[in-house]
Amino acid sequence: MFRFRWAVGGIAVLLPLSLLVIAGFLLQYSWPAIQFNGLGFLLNNDWNLGRMYGNPVTVRGELVLPGASYGVLFLIGGTLLSSLIAIALALPLGVLSAVFLSAGLRGVARAAASFLVELLAAVPSVVYGLWGYVVLIPFLGHHLYPLLADTLGRIFPAFAEPTGSGYGLFTAGILLSFMIVPLIAATLRDALDATDSALRESGVALGASRIEVMRHILLPGQRTVIAGASILALGRALGETMAVLMVSGNALNILPKNIYDPVSTMAAFIVSQLDSAMQDPTGMAVRSLAEVALLLMAISVLVNGAAQTLLWLSGRRA
Amino acid sequence: MSAVTPTGRRIDRARLRRRRFIDLAYWFAVAAAFTLLAFVLLHILGYVFVRGVQSLGLETFTTDTQGLAGGLRNAILGSLELSGFALLLAAPIGVSAGIYLSEWGGGWVGRIARFMSDVLVGVPSIVLGYFGYITMVLYLGWQFSMAAGAITLAILMLPYIARTSEMALRAQPWSLREAAYALGAGERRVVLRALLPAARGPIFTGILLALAISLGETAPLIYTVNWSNYSWNGHFTHEPVAYLTYVIWSYIGEPYASAHKLAYAAALLITLMVLVINLGARALLWRRR
Repeated sequence: MFRFRWAVGGIAVLLPLSLLVIAGFLLQYSWPAIQFNGLGFLLNNDWNLGRMYGNPVTVRGELVLPGASYGVLFLIGGTLLSSLIAIALALPLGVLSAVFLSAGLRGVARAAASFLVELLAAVPSVVYGLWGYVVLIPFLGHHLYPLLADTLGRIFPAFAEPTGSGYGLFTAGILLSFMIVPLIAATLRDALDATDSALRESGVALGASRIEVMRHILLPGQRTVIAGASILALGRALGETMAVLMVSGNALNILPKNIYDPVSTMAAFIVSQLDSAMQDPTGMAVRSLAEVALLLMAISVLVNGAAQTLLWLSGRRA
Repeated sequence: MSAVTPTGRRIDRARLRRRRFIDLAYWFAVAAAFTLLAFVLLHILGYVFVRGVQSLGLETFTTDTQGLAGGLRNAILGSLELSGFALLLAAPIGVSAGIYLSEWGGGWVGRIARFMSDVLVGVPSIVLGYFGYITMVLYLGWQFSMAAGAITLAILMLPYIARTSEMALRAQPWSLREAAYALGAGERRVVLRALLPAARGPIFTGILLALAISLGETAPLIYTVNWSNYSWNGHFTHEPVAYLTYVIWSYIGEPYASAHKLAYAAALLITLMVLVINLGARALLWRRR
């Protein structure tokens, strides 16, 4: 009688199952690396494959190359810093754009403008990377960064010289912010449009202008939506790979001293290190990369879970 | 300074002027924010189009890459084949999952599945790529291959298709289900004959958007498909495949003009594909409204 329901349900289980299988396989594969690296993995700043032509030695029960050590503090720093810069730039940009789309335009212009913002999300990551590499980096390196160092740099040491070549933390943050703005803008615009029009009308009846209704009545009511969308966007920024890889400068084993310094992120590092990690005959380097992937997955699952919960609480998600 | 209206209310003109000024400043800020976004998008599109069109030629479509020169036939075909196979895997599974979630997913099982599929959307694609690498490329011994890449892309597309299908089916009115059941149809018939045809527009839109996402992906493919200078030879395992996004990121870093031309041409082609699919998907949705 209910065979169809069971068949469809059986297929539906594949979805959550794939999440569990991914986590399970990553954990199982990286287990030797977790044993070998211990807590130093998170606290140390030395990714070193060891002497390639030395005889493997046994350390803490695992076979590794002599001198090998895997610490990824610089990756955690680079990932969090670039994502935080991205959010700091994208949040005001996204909220203001959503207000413009919701209150400033109507009719065809509004549909076209909304579509334009959503197209930003459709452009592939690697095309952003290409644009960042050939357009954004020369512009920032030659024009904006010297200017920033000259003005903000006098007040905030993080903005002071040297400005470098244009590759680095701030460039990655700026590029990431453009990639995540559409998510914030689109979610907030939908939420603003869905608010009860009686709220809007009562504001207008009290003599408030359209912008005052937005500022004092509509936006305060969307706090959870803004927070949820921002955290969702943060999760997107944490996992971005290709665009960051092409503009971040791929720093190894250093934490940035100022905002222009080269960095690397977990996602970009996994791509850039596979070739050299495969040279390791003991396989510990590839397993340590799996540990990086597992860490990245854990962070993004936490961040996404928090965002979903927030959006669910605000009633925007079923 | 203040004046009195005919009804006797006093108007504080300084206050009014300040409110007008703040209003104007806000309008300026929101318009500036939107203009910046529009400028960035149009600059990216314009740049990719101008440089891409300059780099396109007939040989782009008719010859394979040769080292850092030649055409892009292998990569164009490879991109379409990879995403096509991924779609063949992900579409039926995703739509089935959407049906279950929308029709019988009200309980705790459905709630957990829905939450986990939303979380799966947020898992970075590079993590999926690494998963594909250790399971299919290494453990199953498929090497860099079409199968490993297509399955990885399918996992990436699954949650998008499932969630959009669920939303599309949920939007169908209860009276439709009631009418179908009242006619004596079983669950299978209600879903396949009444609900799916009614919701096929938005479901198809979701599938198209997932396809566009998978076409633009790079990171998971570097780990599972690698790169080949030849067109795909029909083997699902043990043979690497070419794809467009690889050309963009790898060739733009090379110091040769011929490599840059290929990168720009590839960027134009992949951007065009993604835009056309997006426009098509939206047109589909818009026409049905």
